[in-house]
Amino acid sequence: MNMIEVRGLRVVAGASPEPVVEIVKGVDFTVKKGEVLALIGESGSGKTTIALALLGHARSGCAIAAGSVKIGDTDILTLGVKARRALRARTVSYVAQSASAGFNPARTIMDQVIEPALLHKLMTLAAAREKAIALFRALALPEPDTIGERYPHQVSGGQLQRLMAAMALITDPAVVVFDEPTTALDVTTQIEVLAAFKRVIRELGTTAVYVSHDLAVVAQMADRIVVLNAGRVRENGATAQVLDAPADDYTRQLLAATRHPEAELAAPAGARETPLLQIRGLSAGYGRIDAHGVPAVRVLDDVSLCISRGGTLGVIGESGSGKTTLARVVAGLVDRARGEILLDGKPLPAKLSERTLDQYRRVQIVFQNADTALNPSRTIADILARPMNFYHGLCGAAAQKRMLELLDLVKLPASIAKRQPGGLSGGQKQRVNLARALAARPALILCDEVTSALDTVVGAAILDLLAELRRELGVSYMFISHDISTVRAICDDVIVLYAGRCVEAGQRDALSAPPYHPYTGLLVDSVPELRPGWLDSRRASTLTALPPLGAESDAPELCSFRSRCTARIDGTCNVVPPPLKKLPSGADILCHHSAADLVRIQTTETVAA
Amino acid sequence: MNRHAPTHATTVLYDPPAAGAPEEPQAPAAAKRGPLRRLVSRFSVLGLIGLFIVVFWLAVAFIGPVVAPYKGGAVTSTEIFGSYGPAHWLGTDYLGRDMLSRILFGTQYTVGLALAATLLASGIGTFFGLIAAVSGRWVDEILSRLFDALISIPSKVLALVVIAAFGSSIPMLMMVAALAYIPGAFRISRSLAVNLMTLEYVQVARARGERLFYIARVEVLPNMIHPMLADFGLRFVFIVLLLSGLSFLGLGVQPPNADWGSLVRENIGGLAEGAPAVLMPAVAIATLTVGVNLLIDSLRRHGSRSHGGGK
Repeated sequence: MNMIEVRGLRVVAGASPEPVVEIVKGVDFTVKKGEVLALIGESGSGKTTIALALLGHARSGCAIAAGSVKIGDTDILTLGVKARRALRARTVSYVAQSASAGFNPARTIMDQVIEPALLHKLMTLAAAREKAIALFRALALPEPDTIGERYPHQVSGGQLQRLMAAMALITDPAVVVFDEPTTALDVTTQIEVLAAFKRVIRELGTTAVYVSHDLAVVAQMADRIVVLNAGRVRENGATAQVLDAPADDYTRQLLAATRHPEAELAAPAGARETPLLQIRGLSAGYGRIDAHGVPAVRVLDDVSLCISRGGTLGVIGESGSGKTTLARVVAGLVDRARGEILLDGKPLPAKLSERTLDQYRRVQIVFQNADTALNPSRTIADILARPMNFYHGLCGAAAQKRMLELLDLVKLPASIAKRQPGGLSGGQKQRVNLARALAARPALILCDEVTSALDTVVGAAILDLLAELRRELGVSYMFISHDISTVRAICDDVIVLYAGRCVEAGQRDALSAPPYHPYTGLLVDSVPELRPGWLDSRRASTLTALPPLGAESDAPELCSFRSRCTARIDGTCNVVPPPLKKLPSGADILCHHSAADLVRIQTTETVAA
Repeated sequence: MNRHAPTHATTVLYDPPAAGAPEEPQAPAAAKRGPLRRLVSRFSVLGLIGLFIVVFWLAVAFIGPVVAPYKGGAVTSTEIFGSYGPAHWLGTDYLGRDMLSRILFGTQYTVGLALAATLLASGIGTFFGLIAAVSGRWVDEILSRLFDALISIPSKVLALVVIAAFGSSIPMLMMVAALAYIPGAFRISRSLAVNLMTLEYVQVARARGERLFYIARVEVLPNMIHPMLADFGLRFVFIVLLLSGLSFLGLGVQPPNADWGSLVRENIGGLAEGAPAVLMPAVAIATLTVGVNLLIDSLRRHGSRSHGGGK
């Protein structure tokens, strides 16, 4: 029996005197009862618009122009405003991407979770509370009995996302729409949230529509996949078929972008003598600086690294690990508390104002968010001309020529030069960002999560571009990312940051097989594979409880990962700072376990999987 | 975030365009419409009304003295507080002068003075606000506290004290009005600039080694100009009211010249008989303030729309 039936759905933006853009151009699909359907596509493919149409809703400025959306036996597009409202949250409910924006910070979580049930007068207050607590338990939330008394800011982002799912499920809706619910989360958190969603969907037998741009995530969640591009259905099939035998070119493109081919290690020939950038014992942070010169909030703690000429260093870590601060310290935007940075063997002053023009030129930074990294009131030509003029004194025809070269280098059409950033797509803006950095002819580019805000296909294109520029121009990168697979695709060396400490440093191959630092292990295991069932097998292997840990000594430099480590040793990890060890792969780690121990722990996990 | 902005679908240029995904051209359609139509479509109906009123009064300020039927100070009738009539369209004042001419002559004082004072206040306030935002902590701290101290003095009391001490003259009125409204402009421009300073394109400029002046001029100022213009309009209205208030108290423009505020005061005796001499200048003040406010509101709405979603 079909639970959802969408026929010939068309959604347009803009009223008729203005130019009308069709966002969804005639989409058909059906979902059987109890099935999970994934809508996958890039931004602008219309996936969220379709998801909202399932609730009979179109965003302001948009209108559902034609088609039918049947949930069960009712065509919701024929219903009036009032009937649609009665349907929402009761028959169809919605889990949004940003849970933090979906909760009212001034009310307790419980009040908000049970609100849909009370609003539709489906159950009494006491029954709703009981039901909510049962849902909290099913979603594997900590302290399910009392978590409802807290306020939204008192729980983590991943927990809030699960609480939002509880809010959607409290009325036992026939259909739940998940709109990119894990996109904004860290990899390790994403896995927990996905596992919780999967379990609760299976237990309740809910029909679900899961919107995402990430094929690997979808592979874990969905029974069927609908691939969308520019408002049209490109492919509609069972998960295994779409992943293994895609029928459509666009699906193949998407799959290729998800599986990053590993670049060859370009061994920097004989450039070992003076590394381009060397950092020794760097500490930095925010807040008041105490008597020892240490700031109140330490973001980076004793980090050392080295980037060879033409080499690429990957910096991996979750949010809050200090990776962005590292780039900002090197760029001079954040003061450092201790340690030294050497550029070409010469010390780089901590303060921006003390650096020379040449030092400015040699280090360029590219930020994550392409939208805010370009001045919206200037044209692309102005933006690119400034560093040329500033560093090289180029102007007039010479600058024009160089600008065209740069645009060509980052594969943008020359016509773009006269436009302003507002008229560019995310990927184009990121290319302009890169071109601006390249205009200075730098030796080192600090790439801070440059692909994180982009779609899979666009992000893969940017990665290819970075690799190509490196081959052609010999620039070095410090490539900061939370995504281990992109780091693998582009970097020679890798350091892993956790809470401002460098817990592992080695060559890229150190990430491909155990042994690694337990935290690196967690990161590697958290990257979803393009294989249905991966999540289930992984969950079975990581359900081991954390070993108990006794009282902690007040030795200063204890392992920062001890509170989450599954391999921690009571009496060692909480008492003695971890020693620096060299693994057979050549990587240095901060851990008490020996290489042999780590191999044993980490391979048994893999075997169990 | 504008991840799902519909225009994205049509601006993907770097991949070979997917088959069957037509590129919808949008720009030419907007350019085809005439300039007047574009102007009309930019403003709402209320915004257009505001624009019309403001343009009207600005025109009157310039051509008023030329088209006025009588000389500004000339006593032209024996009737005082006369009513509407063919010889005196808006009646006569307490000395029998033609009210229409008085208002037409007064416009340049009210509009001109207020405009000059607002330009001064907004210009100086924005300048210091920018300086405070882009320079270091100490400069910001000193400037902010200084203007905080100024803001704590009620503007009307400040104006009264200064004018009582130094006497009333046109330049003095202009300076007093500007001084009273600089701190407000400073506060707004500083907070706008501080927000812009944290954006990544400013960070990139700083890491590039740009001087503070360049950052302020190129990276920050153009992106805060729109809200500052809206603020300019608001400030203009406040200054018109302040100057009218001062004139009403007899401290503003001195006789025989008169701005609208002094016209109301002069003719306050006619209020009981409902003489147009007291009503008309008040109506003029009201229409100007309402008109400017309508115009600003539509400007501000337009500005916030163009800011939303980073477009």
